[in-house]
Amino acid sequence: MSKPKCWQDVPPATIAWGASALDVETGLWRSMRPVLDQNKCISCLKCWLQCPDSSIKTSEEGRVCGINMFFCKGCGVCAQVCPVNAISMHQEADFTNEKREHGEDPGRVAGHVK
Amino acid sequence: MAGIDLKELTKKQNPLTEGHRMCPGCGAPTAVRQALMAVEDPVVVVGATGCLEVSTTVYPYSAWRVPFMHVAFENAGAGISGVEAAHRVLSRKGVAREKIKFVAFGGDGGTYDIGLQSLSGALERGHDFTYICYNNQGYMNTGAQRSSATPISANATTSPAGSVIPGKLQRAKNLTEIVTAHDIPYVAQTTLHDPMDLIAKVKRAVETPGPAFVNVLVPCPLFWKIDSADQMKVCKLAAESRFWPVYEVTEGKHVLSYKPKNPVPLEDFLRVQGRYSHLFKKGRERMDLVAQGQADVDREWERLLKKCAG
Repeated sequence: MSKPKCWQDVPPATIAWGASALDVETGLWRSMRPVLDQNKCISCLKCWLQCPDSSIKTSEEGRVCGINMFFCKGCGVCAQVCPVNAISMHQEADFTNEKREHGEDPGRVAGHVK
Repeated sequence: MAGIDLKELTKKQNPLTEGHRMCPGCGAPTAVRQALMAVEDPVVVVGATGCLEVSTTVYPYSAWRVPFMHVAFENAGAGISGVEAAHRVLSRKGVAREKIKFVAFGGDGGTYDIGLQSLSGALERGHDFTYICYNNQGYMNTGAQRSSATPISANATTSPAGSVIPGKLQRAKNLTEIVTAHDIPYVAQTTLHDPMDLIAKVKRAVETPGPAFVNVLVPCPLFWKIDSADQMKVCKLAAESRFWPVYEVTEGKHVLSYKPKNPVPLEDFLRVQGRYSHLFKKGRERMDLVAQGQADVDREWERLLKKCAG
């Protein structure tokens, strides 16, 4: 089913399009940011298994290749489970000047339901 | 673990997407991700009311790639039975051709307390489904009230530790054994101490014909008052201290899946959590309650060992 244009299109009592939470930028919650050191990483995938927010990116060969800052809530589980300390936690305030892509604000009702 | 290739699993899309609104460091989404990771057939998920349901399906968003049905607090068992029965009838009539697996998720409130009757009914009727209880030992969605899964002496908002009572006065009930008493093909108990254990157990539960039940202890950083990064550390302590034995019951036969080589005292598990901090307050220590908790753990462990031997 395609995304409804207005509320009249929304079927009652259902969310008719799956995986729509992918629009929600939960990364806005983050106060600590995990930083991955690719040189230290051994791709044991422990962080990928344990991440509550599925934010550890993996390459096609199944190697850890980054952290998705759009969704990462900064809980620090990845840094804690890493056996070689390849992930370190840093203050989010140190990255304020960084340009990045924004999603829908989870605090507001989505733009398509007016 | 034999038969599970992690690199292959990274290529598969998980039924639970990113962008859900569970708290940072919550154990429940980790448990759900790991649980559904190795399930190959398409799944239909039914969720009882609880943290998982409210924060993965915040209108108008859904964090599920698979069909997800929310039913009321008390009837995840009835909901999943209905879906399974409907699919069975449609298959018989030749309308539904695909093989589908049915998985229900409930918190401990929706499983130990409110949903126990519908779960019991579904198990007795022998529907082909898997029920996964993510057990954070209390009603977290409504603000840390006690449930029948809350362990003794824990500080919850409806059993507050203070001058009158030292936290919850009653023991937690053993739901895994209550479910085992239904004589169903597969029952397992685990926690987040080892991802491969949970992945393998749920894979086995889903592939078992007939009802299966998996009880997963997951930490709630808000209620347990632990650091959000420590979910795995605390779960390891739960397994190491034998507070939460990791075992499975296949066709009535108990098998221990993890036997701690050097078991740690229960005190180590309690000390890392803020919900037990009243037991260790300087000058007002309640080591008698810690000792009582340890005695309970030892007794339960001996009981379990006997079951595994016999």
